[in-house]
Amino acid sequence: MIASAAIPVIPRGVRLHEDKVRGNWVLLAPERTISLDAIGLAILQEIDGTREFEEIVATLAQKYDAPAAQIQGDVSDFITGLTDRRILELSA
Amino acid sequence: MTYPADIPAPIAMLAELTYRCPLSCPYCSNPIEMAKKETELDTQIWADVFAQAAKLGVLQLHLSGGEPASRRDLVALVAAARKAGLYTNLITSAIGLTQRRLADLEQAGLDHIQLSLQGTDAEMADRIGGYKGGFERKMQAAKWIVEAGFPLTLNAVVHRQNLHQLPEAIEMAVAMKARRMEVAIVQFHGWAMLNRQGMMPTRAQAEEANEIVAAARKRLKGVMVIDYVPADYHSDYPKRCMGGWGTTGLNVTPDGLVLPCHAAQTIPSLQFENVRDKALADIWYHGAAFNAYRGEDWMQEPCKSCDRRKLDFGGCRCQAMAIAGEAAATDPVCIKSPLHDKMTELAHNLSSGDNVELVYRKSP
Repeated sequence: MIASAAIPVIPRGVRLHEDKVRGNWVLLAPERTISLDAIGLAILQEIDGTREFEEIVATLAQKYDAPAAQIQGDVSDFITGLTDRRILELSA
Repeated sequence: MTYPADIPAPIAMLAELTYRCPLSCPYCSNPIEMAKKETELDTQIWADVFAQAAKLGVLQLHLSGGEPASRRDLVALVAAARKAGLYTNLITSAIGLTQRRLADLEQAGLDHIQLSLQGTDAEMADRIGGYKGGFERKMQAAKWIVEAGFPLTLNAVVHRQNLHQLPEAIEMAVAMKARRMEVAIVQFHGWAMLNRQGMMPTRAQAEEANEIVAAARKRLKGVMVIDYVPADYHSDYPKRCMGGWGTTGLNVTPDGLVLPCHAAQTIPSLQFENVRDKALADIWYHGAAFNAYRGEDWMQEPCKSCDRRKLDFGGCRCQAMAIAGEAAATDPVCIKSPLHDKMTELAHNLSSGDNVELVYRKSP
């Protein structure tokens, strides 16, 4: 699980992009294009490079009316999947 | 105009801005016959092609060559691509990139740089690149790229003569803080086809490279991603050519021809159209060369009835052309191809030569 105080960052060279041709959102990264579902997009839209993981989870919990304890595992897995591939970064 | 709904829009475009290059790597994937500078598309046409590409569905633009930095209008081209909404990746040897130019490219919105590596020391790199002093210039430019904060991929092209440097190349990429590395064992197309005897890795080397990459991927998880192109002559199954012919990517040559892959001109039966004459979308959806190997109707046995046809699409059409003499044949790399044994023998024989003279690429 990602530490509560860790700050997820979308680094330089990675961009959220609305793919109007296919009608979805994607994350553009070096030699990678990641199609986002509604949940992935919602998580990435909360990542602003200043807010801590805990705060992001709390915001999403409120927005989707779900218990924070229930969604934090999913959010953590999603972000970790991308940090492992050097697409997102975590700053302490 | 309407387009067939069963053909997906392309995701990536390789724009070969020029065939000019200060290096003369003997494995260059450019064609043996290259267009001259006078016939290169100008800034305006390229900008229009980028806008058409974005509208067609392209998300990722790879600016390549030759050496794209040999284009004096590179900064303007990057700006035009970003304006069109494309993710811009510069594929470069870094020769010709100054600090000033990198600052201008950053300003223009360049997203990412992929730097080629011919060897891990000057002796190897300058010999393979055919350019004395090139390694030193490359390392200087690499430092500037990293200092400027560009996300970096290091692309090590490896073959029989430099595969022993692979562990060191991986360490160099980590030291450069590259987020990504490509380890590409030379694929035999273009100039590389003339140098099979000098560059074909041995089977032992190919197997060792598999192990080195697997171990590095494990060790460097979360630090650096490694994409790997194995030695296909020594493989049992072929590469997924272009992720499917005419499904994912397209290539525009310096003089404006639109190709389904960079080696497609080696298939003599195909005819290609030019962005000077036709809209990019028309060429993608209706061009005869793009439709030639779409879907499965063109396939022969053993591909036609094989379960793997949806995984690898029968392999590489250009390799089928080169080895089997027929572009619609099963890629002879495949263990199910009647030519597979011949391919294995060929790989063995080509890799056991000694002191073979290399044929260097000549710029147009």
